[in-house]
Amino acid sequence: MSLPLAEEQVQKLPLEFADEKESVNITGFWMFLVTDVLVFGSLFSTYAVMRHSYAMGPTADQLFKMGPVMLETLLLLTSSFTIGLGVFAMRKGQTRALMFWLLLTMLLGAGFVTTEIHDFVSFAAIGATWHTSAFLSAFDILVGTHGAHVTFGIFWALTLLLQLRKRGITARTARKIYTFSLYWHFLDIVWIFIFTFVYLNGKIV
Amino acid sequence: MPSFLPYLYHTLFPPTVRYPDILLIDFGLIMAGIGLLGFMTKTRRWGWLWREWLTTVDHKKIAVMYLIAAIVMLFRGGIDAEMLRAQLALPTTKFMPAAQYDEVFTTHGTIMIFFMAMPFIFALFNAVVPLMIGARDVAFPRINAMSYWLFAFGAILFNISFVIGGSPNAGWTAYPPYTGLAFNPGPGENYYFLALIIAGMGTTMTGVNFLVTTVRMRAPGMTLMRMPMFVWSTMITSALILFAFPPLTVALAMSLFDRLFGSSFFTLTRGGMPMMYVNLFWLFGHPEVYILVIPLFGVFSEVVSTFSKKQLFGYPVMVVSMLAIMFLSYGTWVHHFFTMGAGPAVNAFFGLSTMLIAIPTGVKIFNWIFTMWGGRIQLTVAMLYQLAFIPTFVIGGASGVMLAVVPADYQFHNSYFLIAHFHNVIIGGTLFGLLSGLYYWWPKMFGMKLNERQGKVAFWLFFIGFWITFTPQYLLGLKGMTRRLYTYPIGMGWHELNVISTFGALIMGAAFVALVYNIVWSLLYGEKDLTGDPWNGRTLEWALPSPVPEYNFARIPVVHERDAWWAMKQRGQSLADLKPEDVRDVEMPRNTPIPFLLGASFFVVGFGMTFKFWPIAIMGFVGVILCILFSGFDYEDHHHLKADVIRSTEASLGRLQG
Ligand code: HEM
Ligand SMILES: [Cu+2]
Repeated sequence: MSLPLAEEQVQKLPLEFADEKESVNITGFWMFLVTDVLVFGSLFSTYAVMRHSYAMGPTADQLFKMGPVMLETLLLLTSSFTIGLGVFAMRKGQTRALMFWLLLTMLLGAGFVTTEIHDFVSFAAIGATWHTSAFLSAFDILVGTHGAHVTFGIFWALTLLLQLRKRGITARTARKIYTFSLYWHFLDIVWIFIFTFVYLNGKIV
Repeated sequence: MPSFLPYLYHTLFPPTVRYPDILLIDFGLIMAGIGLLGFMTKTRRWGWLWREWLTTVDHKKIAVMYLIAAIVMLFRGGIDAEMLRAQLALPTTKFMPAAQYDEVFTTHGTIMIFFMAMPFIFALFNAVVPLMIGARDVAFPRINAMSYWLFAFGAILFNISFVIGGSPNAGWTAYPPYTGLAFNPGPGENYYFLALIIAGMGTTMTGVNFLVTTVRMRAPGMTLMRMPMFVWSTMITSALILFAFPPLTVALAMSLFDRLFGSSFFTLTRGGMPMMYVNLFWLFGHPEVYILVIPLFGVFSEVVSTFSKKQLFGYPVMVVSMLAIMFLSYGTWVHHFFTMGAGPAVNAFFGLSTMLIAIPTGVKIFNWIFTMWGGRIQLTVAMLYQLAFIPTFVIGGASGVMLAVVPADYQFHNSYFLIAHFHNVIIGGTLFGLLSGLYYWWPKMFGMKLNERQGKVAFWLFFIGFWITFTPQYLLGLKGMTRRLYTYPIGMGWHELNVISTFGALIMGAAFVALVYNIVWSLLYGEKDLTGDPWNGRTLEWALPSPVPEYNFARIPVVHERDAWWAMKQRGQSLADLKPEDVRDVEMPRNTPIPFLLGASFFVVGFGMTFKFWPIAIMGFVGVILCILFSGFDYEDHHHLKADVIRSTEASLGRLQG
């Protein structure tokens, strides 16, 4: 079904929305995000149920260190800002600027993942693996799934960089950048929930 | 490495896959496989198979592949069922040992739900939804093909379990701790989790695809309230899939991690909570039963109005009740484990919410009856299934309401009463609906009718066989027989009823044979459908020739009302009045091997992980990554079908003027 928009209105839309096919792709991506929301919803509820099942292992309060977590938060929130600037540059047709912001986003994301891995390794070093307790299992799978998403996003961004270099900004590459930015913001939002309900809550309660 | 071989042999072929019956099947499979290979090579069909089917992205061909898979799986699940019934009719003989019985009821349930009913539903979606909404394909044809191959390879992975390594044996619900490594070593449950995760990804993608298709791809003028009811049911089912499958995937993944990587989600000694699995499973599971039945509500709505020659009664009410069912179905999952003991308040809430669902369902039943009221009813096979569905489903629903009475459910739970209930709704609703849709849309898919007389034989066998099988099971449940039981003492008073039930199951087996005979006979000698509209139908798919050309519509129709094709016929219009200048070039998706390869790679991942053959799993994983990378960089995913080609196709069908 074509949108009931007049020709000149269509002209005013951003590239990726003006193209009927790409705009359908964007709708599809939103639907995919819905399923991802549900995945994280299930993981959060599992965590909520198991968060006190420490068995003989460490408690949240003993385990969590706020320093690295603050750093991760800073890196990821900043990267959400930089990808926003990237889309802004894309709207103005500036390929090079877009590629710069995309690259910066990737680097910030990589910083996030590195910090997170470092954190996880330090847990494992004191024997706090997901074998230890249901609490740790739930924690690891929630935070780990998020981290895996970010890692996937970094590689995705890399392929997008290559496509941009080859093809510049077209309706199709613009759509890909746009959906990537949706994905990235979504991970940011999930992280805010993790930060609040897992880390802060774990420290306070 | 000769010392490696005995290990491999014992891992892949433990004693549980060396029962005589399984060895016989092995032999049969190998012979059939060799025969098929020989036949394909001799008739030089491999290229054809690859070009026309394995790499296709055409929704109509994908529909055919789903259908074939579903019928094969109906056979497999049916054989399992007959084996279960045979054991229960002969409880004192060791027709099957307990361990094998456990495996067979597990594969029966899992296959029937995930690998028979789901693909059958997707076959119908793919076959007609784009045609009904006046579209040239689904929103994402490549993803559609990926969905199919993920499903297909998931199904293959699940099905090889009984010849390689051993089948899962913890029931189709796979509750921990039955699935825990400590109690259930061996690869069986790994097969279950991996196959369902792989097939489930495909299903989720199908949900996304058809939701976007029905929301964004409709022909001009087809507003929401002008959509055929089957399209509504597709949209609602897709939304249900979107919300139901992620919790399942999470639950399955956690169980798998417990088994393979030593996590502690469901391990009691380390604080794990098996009930969390049960909650997540049914958070998926109850919506799933509506995923299994709502599409058939759509089928019945089409069938009943076509064969009563009347517009569907109370269209808006139908839509609203379907939406109500969709929302309510998320608030009832606890009724599957009232006995968990969540307390009176929780149980009362979920008991009531369950009963509430009966209201919109009842409304729909009345709408179908009123559609028939005063109509000119044609008793075709499709219509017979619809007529059989109404009483069967009503009784199934009524027994469901009985189960929803919490104190009573403490008695009924996990008894044969429950088994009778859900077969009543799943066979009476889902299977009858699928067969109704099969007979109804077969001419559109294959260009010939299924023989009606043979179809009626199969119908009566199914219908009568069904009641003989399941009525005794209600009584058995009331007499205290529990489910998943492989033997019982003769003196319990259960034997006669079990024998009757098994007799009914044999009749249903005969019905399946009749169905297959009907299909094969009709493929060979069936009456050709030359008009494209053999039933004098009402919706747009009947405006097209059968089988439908690759591009579906040479010119996208404009819709002005509900039952668009019927209205056009009333006005003396058709879509066969094309003028050469109406036809333009059409952009079509290009065939691609990636979906097939992606599915195959996931199969390798699944197989490797099932047996913890890590190098194999990693190889498969690399394949997956390569497939994803390739499709990311592939910009040549469509081609232009030239207007001339379309003109000559349409002209040869006699649909072009001038
Ligand atoms: C009026 C509508 C319905 C009501 C009130 C209802 C109620 C229930 C209840 C209370 C149970 C749990 C019983 C127990 O475990 O003790 C149940 C089980 C079940 N129902 Fe229904 N139901 C309805 C419709 C359906 C439909 C339409 C389907 C499928 C198409 C379905 C499929 C199932 C299945 C598969 C199970 C059992 C699963 C298992 O434990 O293995 N039901 N139903
Ligand atoms: Cu239910």
